Amino acid sequence: MIKFFLMVNKQGQTRLSKYYEHVDINKRTLLETEVIKSCLSRSNEQCSFIEYKDFKLIYRQYAALFIVVGVNDTENEMAIYEFIHNFVEVLDEYFSRVSELDVSFFNTVFHGTWQAHSSPYQVLVLALEDDPTSV
Amino acid sequence: MLYQDLQSTNLVEVCMALTVVSQIFPREMIPAVLPLIEDKLQHSKEIIRRKAVLALYKFHLIAPNQVQHIHIKFRKALCDRDVGVMAASLHIYLRMIKENSSGYKDLTGSFVTILKQVVGGKLPVDFNYHSVPAPWLQIQLLRILGLLGKDDQRTSELMYDVLDESLRRAELNHNVTYAILFECVHTVYSIYPKSELLEKAAKCIGKFVLSPKINLKYLGLKALTYVIQQDPTLALQHQMTIIECLDHPDPIIKRETLELLYRITNAQNVTVIVQKMLEYLHQSKEEYVIVNLVGKIAELAEKYAPDNAWFIQTMNAVFSVGGDVMHPDIPNNFLRLLAEGFDDETEDQQLRLYAVQSYLTLLDMENVFYPQRFLQVMSWVLGEYSYLLDKETPAEVIAKLYKLLMNDSVSSETKTWLIAAVTKLTPQAHSSDTVERLIHEFTISLDTCMRQHAFELKHLHENVELMKSLLPVDRSCEDLAVDASLSFLDGFVAEGLSQGAAPYKPHHQRQEEKLSQEKVLNFEPYGLSFSSSGFTGRQSPAGISLGSDISGNSAETGLKETNSLKLEGIKKLWGKEGYLPKKESKTGDESGALPIPQESIMENVDQAITKKDQSQVLTQSKEEKEKQLLASSLFVGLGSESTVNLLGKADTVSHKFRRKSKVKEAKSGETTSTHNMTCSSFSSLSNVAYEDDYYLNTLHDRGDKELKTFSLNSELLDSESLTELPLVEKFSNCSLSTPSLFADNSMEIFHPPQSTAASVAKESSLASPFLEETTEYIHSNAMEICNNETISVSSYKIWKDDCLLMVWSVTNKSGLELKSANLEIFPVENFKVTEQPGCCLPVTEAESTRSFQYSVQIEKPFTEEILSGFISYHMMDTHSAQLEFSVNLSLLDFIRPLKISSEDFGKLWLSFANDVKQNVKMSESQAALPSALKTLQQKLRLHIIEIIGNEGLLACQLLPSIPCLLHCRVYADVLALWFRSSCSTLPDYLLYQCQKVMEGS
Repeated sequence: MIKFFLMVNKQGQTRLSKYYEHVDINKRTLLETEVIKSCLSRSNEQCSFIEYKDFKLIYRQYAALFIVVGVNDTENEMAIYEFIHNFVEVLDEYFSRVSELDVSFFNTVFHGTWQAHSSPYQVLVLALEDDPTSV
Repeated sequence: MLYQDLQSTNLVEVCMALTVVSQIFPREMIPAVLPLIEDKLQHSKEIIRRKAVLALYKFHLIAPNQVQHIHIKFRKALCDRDVGVMAASLHIYLRMIKENSSGYKDLTGSFVTILKQVVGGKLPVDFNYHSVPAPWLQIQLLRILGLLGKDDQRTSELMYDVLDESLRRAELNHNVTYAILFECVHTVYSIYPKSELLEKAAKCIGKFVLSPKINLKYLGLKALTYVIQQDPTLALQHQMTIIECLDHPDPIIKRETLELLYRITNAQNVTVIVQKMLEYLHQSKEEYVIVNLVGKIAELAEKYAPDNAWFIQTMNAVFSVGGDVMHPDIPNNFLRLLAEGFDDETEDQQLRLYAVQSYLTLLDMENVFYPQRFLQVMSWVLGEYSYLLDKETPAEVIAKLYKLLMNDSVSSETKTWLIAAVTKLTPQAHSSDTVERLIHEFTISLDTCMRQHAFELKHLHENVELMKSLLPVDRSCEDLAVDASLSFLDGFVAEGLSQGAAPYKPHHQRQEEKLSQEKVLNFEPYGLSFSSSGFTGRQSPAGISLGSDISGNSAETGLKETNSLKLEGIKKLWGKEGYLPKKESKTGDESGALPIPQESIMENVDQAITKKDQSQVLTQSKEEKEKQLLASSLFVGLGSESTVNLLGKADTVSHKFRRKSKVKEAKSGETTSTHNMTCSSFSSLSNVAYEDDYYLNTLHDRGDKELKTFSLNSELLDSESLTELPLVEKFSNCSLSTPSLFADNSMEIFHPPQSTAASVAKESSLASPFLEETTEYIHSNAMEICNNETISVSSYKIWKDDCLLMVWSVTNKSGLELKSANLEIFPVENFKVTEQPGCCLPVTEAESTRSFQYSVQIEKPFTEEILSGFISYHMMDTHSAQLEFSVNLSLLDFIRPLKISSEDFGKLWLSFANDVKQNVKMSESQAALPSALKTLQQKLRLHIIEIIGNEGLLACQLLPSIPCLLHCRVYADVLALWFRSSCSTLPDYLLYQCQKVMEGS
């Protein structure tokens, strides 16, 4: 089960965050800084999964942007890892070469357009429904 | 607004409304929109249907009761022609199946078909991700199948094909296929096992673990952790990789490896594994990791501690590192353990003494800060058990505690613990200045709690006699009689009530009432939702009235709760399994002998490698050897077949043994054949040989499976000595002639002198089938159990493979006919007795015998029980009589060898929870393992599975089918027995029998 979905850059600025479980607003900032800190501390040779408190973080880095997904321990890490990539592929198609700016400026778009119907989107919709509360 | 949108004809509006519903929706409002959303399930547009399903899923999550009635509609969604709708419905099913898998078994077929179609690429290309068809959908389906097939052979059988196909299809080298494979492996190991699939899954895990990609390695370790309990051999295969991962630079991998090791910990490898865990613990700083790991170490230490010193030291490390963040259960359990002790009193005292000594040395160190919890544990232990010390007087201990008390870094909670300890020690200290100084200092303390304790101590100190009776030595776990209902206050309460005081209400009740008064107002505007929320809402009026009913007699219930709390809090972590104190009674021998098994394993390793590639051994770096040493110590206890699998090839030791046995066989074969030759010259049978003939016949009947009457057994085996040859000759000769005897059915010739056989044989032709049956099995000698002037009853036991057959033969001694003789068994407690269709003559003629056969099963294990009954009969002159009898049955009558392979042994071993360990001293005659095992085999009917070095594996079963496994190991003249069984009491009884046998011979 996915608990949260974050897009944070190397400077620690959150570009997109979506929580599927209630977390207090002030606790969110704390969590996000801690999460990005632990992601930054990892090298390329280390695996993309981090055990953080009682849940797991799965992260992928695209240029200076980290996408981090928090899941509970029943989740299949590799599936989420690929799901992140799928998500990025969809963004790439939508914005035709997506960049961090796109993400930060078109925040609203994200919540509205995840249900388009061309080929990669269809997959994404299915993938997102992995945790259907996200749709 | 939302309501309007849902009813709108505009697709986008409906879509948005449904999205909102699935994201943010109060539970109270569900009934209002539920019918509308249900309608949407039939909508012509698939996106609406899908969103409706998801909205219902959300409802199911927050209020499962309210969507119960539409479960049938989910089935329709599952069969929807649109993949999206179907996929959405899977979420609901995954959830519901997780809660109750039995209710959805009928859907297995549908899920299998769907998965088959997905895997087969029947979905539109749109759903492909990097040319893998709908990977996340596959994962979802695999999870559902795993839940459905759990412990259910029939359901599992339905999915074997599709799982096989999934494993086969997912061969593409892409991350997402690995994700599917991982899920597949998970499912294969969750459902009812099928060997082919397990093999393939194991291969997959191997691929993961050996992959250079770090993420895959992680997945592999995770999968290993999951399957390790079912298949420990898999860990052995990958042991070198696991060792490497243990030193991996990535702490996450390290931690996953420790998690894996935690699952395979046993008494033999516990020290190494705990040491590794502690190393990791010292490096990590994150609180969550520490709490988690400390808990695990404490658990392992309690379960498998090899000796006192190690246990205390490990716990010291746990306390000093875990400190104040760890779960409070850990120190509590530890103290309970010390206080309650085990069966062996001297052992307990040693443990306590060791703890006290180690704490005193820890406290002696300067400038070391211990966590508060650790100090609390120390002060409790010192307070309770300082009396065990010889050298230090209580006064000295008090001085140390006093020093701590004056330390500013100690919290006030810990200080109260310290004062309590001092209070306990004061009566033993006779007179102590420190105590007085302490009283003086703390009676003026600003902390009220401290001050109270100090005053208590002060007053007690003034009355030493009272103090001694109040604080007796070593009584920590005896219950104090406390009037928990505070009945002595009843009069006071009654008086108060009669004067018009309101009855006492506990805090929670007052609060509840207050809340409900507030809530009533809030409920009014939502008339619609009120009725429905009444079911689940906590503040429903019904709930309150119930609550106040319960707490009507408030004082009493409150106290009752505390009473029950006391009991619930007690967790019996320290059962018979795990840490066994008796083991340490021979600590000396053991510690000396312990390295031996490891060495022997190392020898095996070396030997195997020599065979494989000698040059490799030469070039083998020192580091590698270290790793192998580590491996052998880590995986030492993983089933005793470990040595075999560890090396991946047959071990030399067992080979030796096998060869030996073959030689034996060949020898005996030789002897018999020569005997046969010589025997053929014998033309007639001597009467003396009849008895032997009988035995040998039975022997031949069963082939060389199990040798029966034990005395004979040993004779035959050892028949290499020439003196015994003539006897054996006779045997074989007789055996040659028996078939003809049976063919003739001439019972007069076949006339075993033993009374049982005789009585049976007397029964002439009718009895002959019965006789044949009995001869197939071992039986005891007949014993006369009761008699009178007319009849005599003798009985004997026949140890059949599947039951114990009791035969009573009733001989009519009188010259008259007996009518309707009847045998009844009562009481039948502990036994299950069924009559066998035997020969039942309505009339027993004069001077003849008839027998009754009963098969006996036992209900629960015992050492010895009496089976009693009576025989009633009528004489010719209608005069009826009764004769009572009883027979002793021992547990051994119901023990049969269990023939399984070493591999099955390993699997069973891990699946059994009840174990018992004990060291038994062997007499000199059987100092070697094989002879000791032979004794067990003969006397207890255990089956020897394998002997590996100085370890032996045996198995037996208690009829009807309770297996029990035994693992033996020899050190010097001590035989360490380790029983495991699915039955909790059986190991204890068997152990007793073993001890009897080993000491008796």
